[in-house]
Amino acid sequence: MSWMGRLTQGLAKSTKRLADNITGLATGTLPLDDERLDEIEEALIAADLGPAVAGRIRTRLADQKFAKGIDDAGIRQVVAEEVEAILAPVALPLEIMHRPQVVLVVGVNGSGKTTTIAKLASQWQAGGKSVMLAAGDTFRAAAIAQLKIWADRIGVPIVSGEQGGDAAGLAYDAVKRAMDEGIDLLIIDTAGRLQNKAGLMDELAKIKRVIAKLDPSAPHDVLLVLDATTGQNALSQIAVFGEVAGVTGLVMTKLDGSARGGMLVAAAEKYGLPIHAIGVGEGMDDLQPFDAGEFARALAGVED
Amino acid sequence: MFDSLSERLGGIFERLRGRGALTEIDVRAAMREVRVALLEADVALPVVKDFIENATQRAIGAEVIKSVTPGQQVVKIVNDCLVELLGGEDEPTPLKIAVTPPAVVMMVGLQGSGKTTSSAKLASWLSTRERKKVMMASLDVARPAAQEQLRVLGEQTGIATLPIIAGQTPVQIAERARQSARLQGFDVVVLDTAGRLGIDEELMAEMAAIATATTPDEILLVVDSLTGQDAVNVAAAFKERVALTGVILTRMDGDARGGAALSMRQVTGAPIRFAGVGEKLDALELFDARRVAGRILGMGDIVGLVEKAAANFEAEQAEKMAEKMAKGQFDMDDLRQQLAQMKKMGGLSGLAAMMPGMGAAKKAMDSGAVNPKMLDRMEAIILSMTPKERTKPEILTAKRKIRIANGSGTTVQDVNKVLKMHQEMANVMKRLKKMGGMKGMMKMLAGMGGAGGPEGGAGGEGPGGAIDLGAVGRMFGRPGMGSLPPGFNKFGRK
Repeated sequence: MSWMGRLTQGLAKSTKRLADNITGLATGTLPLDDERLDEIEEALIAADLGPAVAGRIRTRLADQKFAKGIDDAGIRQVVAEEVEAILAPVALPLEIMHRPQVVLVVGVNGSGKTTTIAKLASQWQAGGKSVMLAAGDTFRAAAIAQLKIWADRIGVPIVSGEQGGDAAGLAYDAVKRAMDEGIDLLIIDTAGRLQNKAGLMDELAKIKRVIAKLDPSAPHDVLLVLDATTGQNALSQIAVFGEVAGVTGLVMTKLDGSARGGMLVAAAEKYGLPIHAIGVGEGMDDLQPFDAGEFARALAGVED
Repeated sequence: MFDSLSERLGGIFERLRGRGALTEIDVRAAMREVRVALLEADVALPVVKDFIENATQRAIGAEVIKSVTPGQQVVKIVNDCLVELLGGEDEPTPLKIAVTPPAVVMMVGLQGSGKTTSSAKLASWLSTRERKKVMMASLDVARPAAQEQLRVLGEQTGIATLPIIAGQTPVQIAERARQSARLQGFDVVVLDTAGRLGIDEELMAEMAAIATATTPDEILLVVDSLTGQDAVNVAAAFKERVALTGVILTRMDGDARGGAALSMRQVTGAPIRFAGVGEKLDALELFDARRVAGRILGMGDIVGLVEKAAANFEAEQAEKMAEKMAKGQFDMDDLRQQLAQMKKMGGLSGLAAMMPGMGAAKKAMDSGAVNPKMLDRMEAIILSMTPKERTKPEILTAKRKIRIANGSGTTVQDVNKVLKMHQEMANVMKRLKKMGGMKGMMKMLAGMGGAGGPEGGAGGEGPGGAIDLGAVGRMFGRPGMGSLPPGFNKFGRK
């Protein structure tokens, strides 16, 4: 199935809701009056875009004079265009420019970091790159075991230590090994942490500092993994992880559920960080490059 | 973003100050702001709509108590409605585990919502608080090492776990768990299931099958408090397939406003029983509707702050401090202890996030005007002093200060700031002593949490109270200084 298919399937509920909202109001071509605008705004809010961004899109729609009226498909099209305009500048894939390229993966607990790492590793390896993993989540019980199982399944080397060990030290060892062994891509897992835990956030900063001792340009990427079910708190996550860990890009997981991940739109507008990939399923190839147009159309329920 | 709803409503109602009853027009205008506040707190849209309608009906015509602004009155009504909807002032009903053993508690939820950790926390809670003999079993055969994770957590908490047998299906494991719990005389068996998406038909059917096979006495839905608008879909999807009896809200120690709580409560109809409040395995609390309501409305978590402060302040330390204060001594080591205490409470920004009306301080911190790192730096400065210097800071000569600055990687100015701060704190401590020492201070803190603060108005418990930080400032002996202890403001500035 194409990823658009998967995404659309995942977004089916929201698509339906947005479509329902619009269809429920207008049959045929009608002016875009306040009532219809309200419905659009609410549908956007229900997709987690947040009241502020939803309000701005509403205003932009209101400013475009649809003098002759507009039908449902037309509304969905213009909503998709508005969303796409916000997302297009940030839809940038992850690129390997260094050797070893050191990628640090961060996020709150349960956002899907470890699974995302496995998917990334599997895809880059299939693309002919040599990949190494580092089990930097030394906090959660069995997190190391989880990543080891993935490494075995994919067939990539893994650097790991003891549970409760020093994550920064482990990261250092991993970067050193990756340099010595001429690895193309090193992906470092970290323990999930809530962004308002100062002590844990400091640990991330330390990991970065330590890695930079071996290669001043590393980590080359710091990926923040966001859970699509997260609401407006995602913005706080981006702000704080961005400040402490220097996040360079976003990955959104769990878009195969009923969540729409609309806060990506709010995030794109506010922070402009690249969105590298989205997770649309459990399979290894269900981590897909982020396509602004398709995401926007799926969100707005445009039928191709 | 705004700080508190009452601040936001303040503007709207400025012109209306002093009117008698709330008119429909006023209320509707206020409710527009309430609506945005709820949406920003991630309360799901349909829930917001229902809620606003109910609250509006209740607010129209309500008398505005003298000395309270109409905005505060509306907030009070909204807050009351919220508390009611979230389950009321009382503690949530206890879990139904007093059945013919073993009682079966099944945990369900999305991936990454925190089921496994919550399972261990709940098992530990039942074992320590309810003195039950508890066993845990992981039915998660999907996520690699999930069963292993629960086993390790069991070891950490001293809770028995069902031995892992590879290749069994979740239903088989569940049945084996119940069987062996009965044979071994366990009171409760906690079943941790795999995370699943509401739209994944296969896994949802599996969950229903487990429920049918084990007839759980409690089926608890574990929900991440960071959840956004999707909360309603999740709640509806799970409710459709199993008879949910309660909700556990995880990650309430984060800075999310936790609107998902309201959505969950509304859609499932099941009570929210517990809140997960930290990484540690004892970080599980009974759900407190009052506190969460305040947080959703952006009123801060004053009660939480007070409790956190109280719990963190080890009694022993307090005793020692009180003793020293009684003698009018407060040396650099005491200052360091204070700093460590602040760090424990989550640093300045952690504290700030819990306080209402802390926007300014938070902004100052974000903008770098008050550097959160300063706690570390101050500690480093103190640690670079000799023991003698710490007890008698007055012996510090310019030469010594240069040594300390070099040793701690700071400047002499920084060292001077710490000394100045110590001086001011020592003065405050002396003043505090007159007021009854540390215990008196904690009492004041506790009193403040219950009441609405200086602006709470006649209502007393007025959630309308934009509790100004001056209260805390005053408590530390300095009005209008935010939550920062004396001297911090000076130090913070660059």
